[in-house]
Amino acid sequence: MWLPSYATPSERLSRILVVAFAVAVMLFLIAPLFIIVPLSFSKDPFFTLPVREYSLRWYEDLFGNPRWFEAMINSAVAAVLTTILATTLGTLAALGIARPDFPYRRAIMALLISPMIVPIVIVAVGSYLFFGEFGLTNTRAGLVLAHTALATPFVVITVTATLSTYDTNLTRAANSLGASGLSAFFRVTLPNILPGVISGAIFAFATSFDEVVVALFLTAAEQRTLPVQMFSGIRDQINPTIMAAATMLLILSILLFAALALLTRKKAR
Amino acid sequence: MTSAQDSAPPAIQITGLNKWYGLLQVLHDVNLTVTQGERLVICGPSGSGKSTLIRTVNALEGFQSGEIKVAGLRLTREPAVVEEIRRRVGMVFQQFNLFPHLTVLENCALPLRLVRGLSAAEARDRTMHYLSKVRIPEQAAKYPAQLSGGQQQRVAIARAVAMQPEVMLFDEPTSALDPEMVKEVLDVMVALADEGMTMAVVTHEMGFARQVADRVIFMDAGRIVEQGPPTTFFTAPRSDRTKAFLRQVLH
Repeated sequence: MWLPSYATPSERLSRILVVAFAVAVMLFLIAPLFIIVPLSFSKDPFFTLPVREYSLRWYEDLFGNPRWFEAMINSAVAAVLTTILATTLGTLAALGIARPDFPYRRAIMALLISPMIVPIVIVAVGSYLFFGEFGLTNTRAGLVLAHTALATPFVVITVTATLSTYDTNLTRAANSLGASGLSAFFRVTLPNILPGVISGAIFAFATSFDEVVVALFLTAAEQRTLPVQMFSGIRDQINPTIMAAATMLLILSILLFAALALLTRKKAR
Repeated sequence: MTSAQDSAPPAIQITGLNKWYGLLQVLHDVNLTVTQGERLVICGPSGSGKSTLIRTVNALEGFQSGEIKVAGLRLTREPAVVEEIRRRVGMVFQQFNLFPHLTVLENCALPLRLVRGLSAAEARDRTMHYLSKVRIPEQAAKYPAQLSGGQQQRVAIARAVAMQPEVMLFDEPTSALDPEMVKEVLDVMVALADEGMTMAVVTHEMGFARQVADRVIFMDAGRIVEQGPPTTFFTAPRSDRTKAFLRQVLH
């Protein structure tokens, strides 16, 4: 950040410009968040800044109104189930792909990652039509399966990254000491790749919890998730409860991000 | 497996062993018998198949044809057989391979509890006994990353020996060590040999071979080229390849 004393004036100027630009970009990225949070505490039933009077009425609505509260519960349940499925499947896939004798590695990796690249609307329409055949539309199972497909690539990527630093000789050593394949995995491999598995799980949770497009297609009123509820809230009537919900999502994201940061710091130690 | 009349089968019996990596044959018709209590040193240039050979014994490497018996039990692909063979065979690796997420004590105690079925207290007592033998009991609570290479390798030896195997395999145990740490590891191995442990050691430490080995084997290009007791092996090698190799390692 700071320049040495022998920096020339033009170096100083360019450094100032770089810092100013970086600050501007960061403001651009987080400014919307700073607008949402105060609005969620406004007493007015319409969006106005600066806030004239503060109140918690929209938070009361968020937690008191069954439509909102159920949406939060639905989101949480779907996200937890998605996390469990995606983490398990993604870790298994990463372990398989990491084997030196794995055939068609690049093609299969590309296939596993594809849900991240394919436009989300296409995934949504595709799963709507496909799941319809099996009666999975308007069910929680359908939503969880579609979210699992979206979330698994994150787990595959993070676990693959951790596995590249894992020394497979440790598994050999465990085997040489008489450990079965399963116990070598749970006692030696898993503890050593755990940071990658947990980061993947956090990404999977966030993916499902935030996802709106697929959820719009696949849920009926009973499975409606929080982002869907927010979306219909915007469409039907401007309801500041959305701001309270957005703030809660924001806090959740910050918590997840903090957990991730803690995790990587521990790994680096 | 073991009938009454051959009450002491060889610790390791390898017959007609062949192994390929793809088209490359890395082991050519290897025959080798290690008797109980024997101390065998295997040497040879890198790529000669010596590490591969001892890794086939505890099924860390597969093989295409031939037969391996450990204390009379024939090695197959059956998981139950493989696990039983691995209980009989301890192994020390070039890169130590201590589990980085466990302390020294846990590294040794975990396999004792999971594989040997010892209670936590028994595993702890036995671990401390073997850590004392490798002269490192005071490091029990540390993690591997906090130890020097020589200390880590001594823990690795303690971890393998605490399982009370019938045979110990050493895969270049001092090759990854700084020179000043080689001796502390070799001393531990000499002490182990003096207790009568059956050992097969892949090493370039010819001083160790002279002092400890009952028999030295020279491998080249996947074949056993020459073998004999250290006195004749070092003073009167027959094959030219052995002579060339000995000139290089003995300077």
